[in-house]
Amino acid sequence: MAFLTDRKRAIGMGSAKSGTAHHWSMTISSVGLLVLVPLFIFTFGRALGSSYEDVLVYYAKPFPAIIAALTIVVGFMHFKNGVRVLIEDYVHGLAREVLIIAMICLSYGAAATGLFAIARLAL
Amino acid sequence: MADVNRGDRPLSPHLSIYRPQLTSMTSILTRITGNALLITALLIVWWFLAAATSSGYFDVVNGILTNWFGDLVMFLSLWAIWYHLLAGLRHLYWDTGRGLEIETAEKLGWGVIGGSVVLTILTALVI
Repeated sequence: MAFLTDRKRAIGMGSAKSGTAHHWSMTISSVGLLVLVPLFIFTFGRALGSSYEDVLVYYAKPFPAIIAALTIVVGFMHFKNGVRVLIEDYVHGLAREVLIIAMICLSYGAAATGLFAIARLAL
Repeated sequence: MADVNRGDRPLSPHLSIYRPQLTSMTSILTRITGNALLITALLIVWWFLAAATSSGYFDVVNGILTNWFGDLVMFLSLWAIWYHLLAGLRHLYWDTGRGLEIETAEKLGWGVIGGSVVLTILTALVI
């Protein structure tokens, strides 16, 4: 006789044992980017194409600098999790692991570089 | 033998078997635009790094991003990000369990395509 409930027996038995964490992380970052991306398009779009001096003045302001910093960080974390699905679908064997790790390194590296540059421009 | 008939059995539907449909094409484009935007993101980070480094370095990178080819890349990126944003919005809507009927999904697909083109042109005009 089984004393466990159906639910208790099913918990933790998914193929990945971690359920919906990845999908949920994509949902959160996509909602964040839904707000950030339009703001970034219009602030960065204004700065791109102006002179060096104007760019320095513009990105010394808090609003464009904070929008740019947030967009770069949230964007690269969204990319890091998104590209993983692409790699898992098309790449197999050792190359899959190597590529996923390389993309994680690239994402954190680019996000850190962007943050450093924006901090230097803003401060 | 269990596998006498190997190779002569009906195949389950696959990419090369299915006729291209609006729903599958808009889905694949979401993946392509999202991942291709890595190039744009890296270019933008490079531009910020150059602006934070020196006037000379900024002129080099800014020149690459604003010559005719850079303009073309940024214009296509603008469409790609609007497309990806609208397609993502469609996914968030689907995640609530709504809009999954084929007719509605196709209408949303045309909405994503049309909306991304309109938003791209509007943004390019404003900027």
